[in-house]
Amino acid sequence: MTNIINANNIKTLEFDALIIGGGGAGMRTSLELAKSGLKTAVVSKVFPTRSHTVSAQGGITCAIQSADPNDDWRWHMYDTVKGADFIGDQDAIEYMCSEGPKAVFELEHMGLPFSRFDNGRIYQRPFGGQSKDFGKGGQAARTCAAADRTGHALLHTLYQNNIKEGSNFLNEWFAVDLVKNSKNEVTGVIAFSIESGEVAHLKAQATVLATGGAGRIYASTTNALINTGDGLGMSLRSGFAAQDMEMWQFHPTGIYGAGSLVTEGCRGEGGYLVNGEGERFMERYAPNVKDLAGRDVVARSMVLEILEGRGCGEKKDHVYLKLDHLGADVLNSKLPGICELSKTFAHVDPVYHPIPVVPTCHYMMGGTPTNIHGQAFTRINSEDVTVPGLFAAGEAACVSVHGANRLGGNSLLDLIVFGRAAGTFIQKELSSGGGVESASNSDIDNSLERLNKLNESSSGHETAPVKKELQTCMQNYFGVFRRGEFMEKGVAELEEIRNKAENLYLSDKSAAFNTSRVEALELQNLVEVAEATAISALHRNESRGAHARDDFPDRDDDNWLCHSVFDPNDKSLSKRVVNFAPKTMEAFPPKVRVY
Amino acid sequence: MLNINIYRYNPEQDKFPYMMNYEIEKPEKDIMVLDLLHLLKENDPSLSFRRSCREGVCGSDGMSINGKNGLACITALSDALKGDRLDIRPLPGLPVIRDLVVDMTQFYNQYEKIKPFLQNDTTPPEQERLQSPADRDKLDGLYECILCACCSTSCPSFWWNPDKFVGPAALLQAYRFLADTRDLEKDSRLDDLADPFSVYRCHGIMNCVAACPKGLNPNKAIGEIKTMLLKGKSSKNIIASDGVTA
Ligand SMILES: Cc1cc2nc3c(=O)[nH]c(=O)nc-3n(C[C@H](O)[C@H](O)[C@H](O)COP(=O)(O)OP(=O)(O)OC[C@H]3O[C@@H](n4cnc5c(N)ncnc54)[C@H](O)[C@@H]3O)c2cc1C
Ligand code: SF4
Ligand code: SF4
Ligand code: FES
Repeated sequence: MTNIINANNIKTLEFDALIIGGGGAGMRTSLELAKSGLKTAVVSKVFPTRSHTVSAQGGITCAIQSADPNDDWRWHMYDTVKGADFIGDQDAIEYMCSEGPKAVFELEHMGLPFSRFDNGRIYQRPFGGQSKDFGKGGQAARTCAAADRTGHALLHTLYQNNIKEGSNFLNEWFAVDLVKNSKNEVTGVIAFSIESGEVAHLKAQATVLATGGAGRIYASTTNALINTGDGLGMSLRSGFAAQDMEMWQFHPTGIYGAGSLVTEGCRGEGGYLVNGEGERFMERYAPNVKDLAGRDVVARSMVLEILEGRGCGEKKDHVYLKLDHLGADVLNSKLPGICELSKTFAHVDPVYHPIPVVPTCHYMMGGTPTNIHGQAFTRINSEDVTVPGLFAAGEAACVSVHGANRLGGNSLLDLIVFGRAAGTFIQKELSSGGGVESASNSDIDNSLERLNKLNESSSGHETAPVKKELQTCMQNYFGVFRRGEFMEKGVAELEEIRNKAENLYLSDKSAAFNTSRVEALELQNLVEVAEATAISALHRNESRGAHARDDFPDRDDDNWLCHSVFDPNDKSLSKRVVNFAPKTMEAFPPKVRVY
Repeated sequence: MLNINIYRYNPEQDKFPYMMNYEIEKPEKDIMVLDLLHLLKENDPSLSFRRSCREGVCGSDGMSINGKNGLACITALSDALKGDRLDIRPLPGLPVIRDLVVDMTQFYNQYEKIKPFLQNDTTPPEQERLQSPADRDKLDGLYECILCACCSTSCPSFWWNPDKFVGPAALLQAYRFLADTRDLEKDSRLDDLADPFSVYRCHGIMNCVAACPKGLNPNKAIGEIKTMLLKGKSSKNIIASDGVTA
């Protein structure tokens, strides 16, 4: 790969639909398309079952009326709207919560090994932020689980059914950049086989970004090493907008030191947090639901305990998650994976000792803005315009059902509901003659520029140290609590970091399984995502959901009851109205959010 | 100082694979073998290996660590070291693409061969199909497989007959569907396995059990399949057609 690559010396593979990402969202989309007869390919930089969805533990939240035969998807919708701190789009939330049961039952029919209640129905456990009767009926148990390995069970089931339906996979292929034609339509991607190094133009009428999250912009994260925001990096580089990028969820219970997650299901099953004085401190912050308040609320409470000197351990820099009172039987049957992780990474057996935990970067609420059909849109002259040929689903997308704070178990539901919706829509659109015009050779060459520059580099910065710099910057200035003056410093540092990241030196230019090439390209994506995050966070002058500013501690509905839209072309931020128009019911109006 | 030896092979440069020696200060606190590989890669970016979740659930980083197959991300250096020495090689028995990265095509083909998906053509109910907790428990120890290939690549029968013996990982999954009360294709699944090689090349050597980083027991699952085959009609043909097995 040391010679300049151009449109004339790479091969073109042509598809109707191209799905970038073989996680839950990508494989649910492809499953829908596999049945359609359209020529489809799933491109994944790792073998599909190694995607990050495999790590999801606690479950998939959905009103399937198993734990409670009177459960109602509208209650789930209420919780989600409130959890989102009122900037989730209510039409999308309505769609997800009402379509959810069908999508979950489909997974069961496909073979997903859900845990069961005695009556043979799917097991559901309580998660944070769940209520009955629009917040008036107490704690609900709405999260459908396969022990604490729900993501594994879900991802493998989807892969298995894709095998069954004969889906076409390009495994261990890395997507580098989108290809656009002169009309600003997306016509596919440039990608290379990691195994052989061969570069190709993957041409498609519809390109779906299902590339997952980007937790690796932070130094401490629950996310897999591959969560580098590649899809968002690609779309930002192509000049397309990103929405709500300041909204990053910090999960209360990342294992101290390691970052691995212990599921909220631990608290759902009856575990609770204690500080260095042995106090169950969440009773003070959320008197009603205590440890099952929204994640943002619990994470902030933990940080305050630590800042006020009531942390645990020698450095008083974490708190404990207590589970031993649940007994070995419950722990081994309901939380076996957690016991394993805790022994490996915290060196404690939760049957006897509490697990040391800290809030850890977990989930990207923002992403490529889409409608409920997965169609991506961008901003042109302060108007929303769909991008022909481009779709997004899953954590990479912002549809937006999670608003300023995602509820536990709502991501897996998001993946399958909107993955399925995107598949259906693309099928309809392409069979009724929709599509995009081909890109010219020079369009293709444009999309090869970044790869060529890296391949031709003869000096520059090493990837690893620049990545560390980026992660430290984000961790220091854009963490659980944020402040304007610090963020300004952070934005300035990011400019320098971008400069370095654009001038990386690839010392190893070989073709076969060159992971240093992959890591360099990933770092450039991380920089795009980090910058969008930083600028969005700096501009949102209020505290809402996961975005907590100590210089603007209150929610400001007059000015900020809106999405933020980051425009990569001039690095500006604009506002977009939140949808308050569900189809079948009245909207939930914003109110003060207490737990 | 740690004395680390890593199998290196880059098809574009190397005629033959070789072991490369790295010396590195012993880290103060115990780290995982994967962390160690990352430290080495910072100084030698050309070192290639797979990894994703870094917590033992995705199955990317199976490798031979001081002679034992395991996942680098959940193998603590303190457990792996022999004195100060650590030898890391790719999983045995599969073609090497580069360094610690093996070509898993064979392994995946075997997985696909056992039809690893629920088969039930009856019209599904509007809600979920019911399954008692006791029936669901039968899937425990089976569905958790992460397809890391640590087991199959430690199995001598797999090395010798990779094209015919489907290997412990695929057989574990075959049994996962045989054991699922919702699956209706038990007979055809057993028929598919009822040849002299697919199952019967397992001689109970138990390497697979020792290798599985998730504590699963393919050998036991294979035993269950053998029992089912013996009970079912399919078994008769096998013994008849292959005297050496079973
Ligand atoms: C530890 C943990 C536990 C969680 N538990 C839960 C839970 O219990 N319930 C819940 O609802 N949510 C949970 N979540 C969140 C949820 O798991 C994720 O949001 C979700 O799985 C994301 O799925 P996805 O399909 O969007 O992306 P992913 O599963 O991350 O898949 C992304 C795909 O894109 C591919 N890809 C990326 N970049 C490229 C590229 N450049 N070229 C080619 N392919 C590429 C990858 O190979 C991968 O296949 C958890 C998250 C974490 C971190
Ligand atoms: S028990 Fe069977 S499958 Fe397992 S290692 Fe031995 S021969 Fe292979
Ligand atoms: S059975 Fe165990 S060792 Fe074998 S592939 Fe599955 S998880 Fe890996
Ligand atoms: S990196 Fe996922 S199992 Fe080790």
